[in-house]
Amino acid sequence: MNKAVNPKDLTPVDDNAPLYAARKKVYPQSVSGTFRRIKWGLMAFCLGVYYFLPFVRWNRGLGAPSQAVLIDLPNSRFYFFFIELWPQEVYYFTGLLIVAAVALFLMNSVGGRIWCGYLCPQTVWTDLFYAVERFVEGDRRERMRKDKQAGSLTLKRVSEIAAKHTIWLMIAWWTGGAWVLYFSDAPTLVKDLLTFQAPMVAYAWIGILTATTYLLAGYMREQVCTYMCPWPRIQAALTDEWALNVTYRYDRGEKRTSVKKAAELRALGEQVGDCVDCYQCVAVCPTGIDIRNGPQLECIQCGLCIDACDNVMSKIGRPKRLIGYDNDINIHRRQEGKAPIYRFVRARTVVYSAIIAAVGGIMIYTLATRSLLDVNVLHDRNPLAVKLSDGSIRNAYTVRLLNKSGYDRVIAIDADGPVNPTIHVVGVDSVTPDRPMIVIPRDSTSELRLLVTAPADNNPEKSIPVRFHVTDIGLGVVASTTDNFVAP
Amino acid sequence: MTDHHSEIDSVTGRATTGHEWDGIKELNTPLPRWWVICFYLTIVWAIAYWVVYPAWPLISSNTTGLFGYSSRADVAVELANLEKIRGDKMAALATASLADIEKDPALLALARAKGKTVFGDNCAPCHGSGAAGAKGFPNLNDDDWLWGGTLDQIMQTIQFGARSGHAKTHEGQMLAFGKDGVLKPDEIVTVANYVRSLSGLPTRNGYDAAKGEKIFADNCVACHGDGGKGNQELGAPNLTDKIWLYGSDEAVLIETITNGRAGVMPAWEGRLDPATIKAMAVYVHSLGGGK
Ligand code: SF4
Ligand code: SF4
Repeated sequence: MNKAVNPKDLTPVDDNAPLYAARKKVYPQSVSGTFRRIKWGLMAFCLGVYYFLPFVRWNRGLGAPSQAVLIDLPNSRFYFFFIELWPQEVYYFTGLLIVAAVALFLMNSVGGRIWCGYLCPQTVWTDLFYAVERFVEGDRRERMRKDKQAGSLTLKRVSEIAAKHTIWLMIAWWTGGAWVLYFSDAPTLVKDLLTFQAPMVAYAWIGILTATTYLLAGYMREQVCTYMCPWPRIQAALTDEWALNVTYRYDRGEKRTSVKKAAELRALGEQVGDCVDCYQCVAVCPTGIDIRNGPQLECIQCGLCIDACDNVMSKIGRPKRLIGYDNDINIHRRQEGKAPIYRFVRARTVVYSAIIAAVGGIMIYTLATRSLLDVNVLHDRNPLAVKLSDGSIRNAYTVRLLNKSGYDRVIAIDADGPVNPTIHVVGVDSVTPDRPMIVIPRDSTSELRLLVTAPADNNPEKSIPVRFHVTDIGLGVVASTTDNFVAP
Repeated sequence: MTDHHSEIDSVTGRATTGHEWDGIKELNTPLPRWWVICFYLTIVWAIAYWVVYPAWPLISSNTTGLFGYSSRADVAVELANLEKIRGDKMAALATASLADIEKDPALLALARAKGKTVFGDNCAPCHGSGAAGAKGFPNLNDDDWLWGGTLDQIMQTIQFGARSGHAKTHEGQMLAFGKDGVLKPDEIVTVANYVRSLSGLPTRNGYDAAKGEKIFADNCVACHGDGGKGNQELGAPNLTDKIWLYGSDEAVLIETITNGRAGVMPAWEGRLDPATIKAMAVYVHSLGGGK
């Protein structure tokens, strides 16, 4: 943790310093180890899903899109494998957002900002762009040297820079390209894009996403996490003393000195730590911080400094995990000679898990019991009821029928309420008297004007409930809804 | 400015701004350069916007901006586009027959939507926004039609009106039997009670039904027909049903018979284009009143 600094040791800050500070460029060094391997694996998985998912096919029958994941804006439909959602079902997305948010909280209470370190798109793409940079320009030292010699541009250097930006732009372009494929039939759109037949908005979105990917992953990098992203601030308020954060275990690190000196000092019985002050943890850090200064806003918990330090520790023959996922409690316990404790079942993790289970359960339940035939009814407000010349009473309703299935349905409409009512759909000649039948085309809605008349000798005295039944003649599926029959 | 800048925070080693609230001091952390550049760019953008777009208020108007942009002109263009998009559909409305429009769900929906807005603009002042009518203004949701409730009859009434002055208008009116001295007051009372009896309404004590029937046969049958069933050719209402345009009280009937009635329905031909009138006819018919 931070030790108090003696003001005398500090270089005074220049009062006339400019209002702004130039960015200190970070040159993360390559590293190998457990967490680096996890990061490679997750990167391959996430990018693989993102880039190739639009090409997965899913047969929904003739006339329906056969793309597994498709956001069909013109027809207001969302397809996800066997799920097809209509605009009035957007509450599934609300549920999804709640689950996503609470999952983020849960991750945070278990392992700090592991989302940031391993799964956040900003991290994944920046990591990929760093890999390209390293591949073309070399590792940390070489890149720093080359940047210092910026004035002397050799042909080799120029071609290196050109190669890096070309690869970056290609990745960025593919990123934007994959994005638009989620909104239209992918193979067709690819063909249209290549033959310049695709709609203008497709090109525009590819352009926008190419530009943002290139800028955010190529240039902004850790600044996005530090200055733009709200999550570091929010997570700082959500975390607690049990969350596992990437931690420098100063209880076994101080005081820092070289291997040789440490041996000498130990011989004299002095207290020395395992840290040899080699700065490897700082060199590999993609946000350019020194984790030994304690938890910091900039740290995205990527674990790369753990790998770096583990490598050093195994070289000098000290136990690994001088830097590791740990919490403050354990540092103090070890200092007191007690064994570290970890606790994952806590009030907040239990509550978060319960919320995820509840919302997820509701979503699965509603999805499983979702009806493919729906009816909504709206009573005419003006006039509420009409008296006809023979003294019968008529109410008019706007009926909206939804056929969410992949085939046309023949529908019969009944009304339960007034005795012996006459039911008429405007524009339809009923074949069966008083039981209008109509066809609703597959995957569509129909709006009908329905007139219900109570005969003069059976006039209801006051308003009575009326129940509408919509029956699929072929399958016998029934959907119902209730409204009122109003007496004048 | 004092020399408070020289104060240095002992934990971070940074200078403070000298601002202090409840013992908490603010560090003087410089902003990132790119951030400051973006900030200046927004200022430049705002000023440019101010010059390029109409923005500066003058006393009775405003500056028009470099390119004379106007959102009103935009609206005009959008409306023209809309007309273009709707052109085909409205053309289909104009050519299809009334019956075909009602049979085609897409055309019916279009006609109903169009008819509803036009009705709201032109007809609602008399007939009410839901066409429920009022005293003297027919309810278009019911099945009682002075001039006929088929699609074609409704269309004709909308086109030419009733007593509207149009050459093809519906003519015919309820005569003022009292004012013109055709019937004496006691005869009017008697025939009013007779008319009430036609639709099963109670009659005044001691009224002479035979006399009423005779007066009716002599004066009213010509228009209202045998038994008072009405005549749509003349716009003469059916007196046997349960629907009364002006009300069925004895006093109202006496007034009607004494002074006559001659409500006016304006002709819409010439004021609205044919496709719109068609849409309105379909809309009114679909309200449920059609026959
Ligand atoms: S301090 Fe370690 S865990 Fe944090 S961002 Fe740097 S390398 Fe990653
Ligand atoms: S890598 Fe490990 S040993 Fe080296 S400076 Fe960092 S904490 Fe110390």
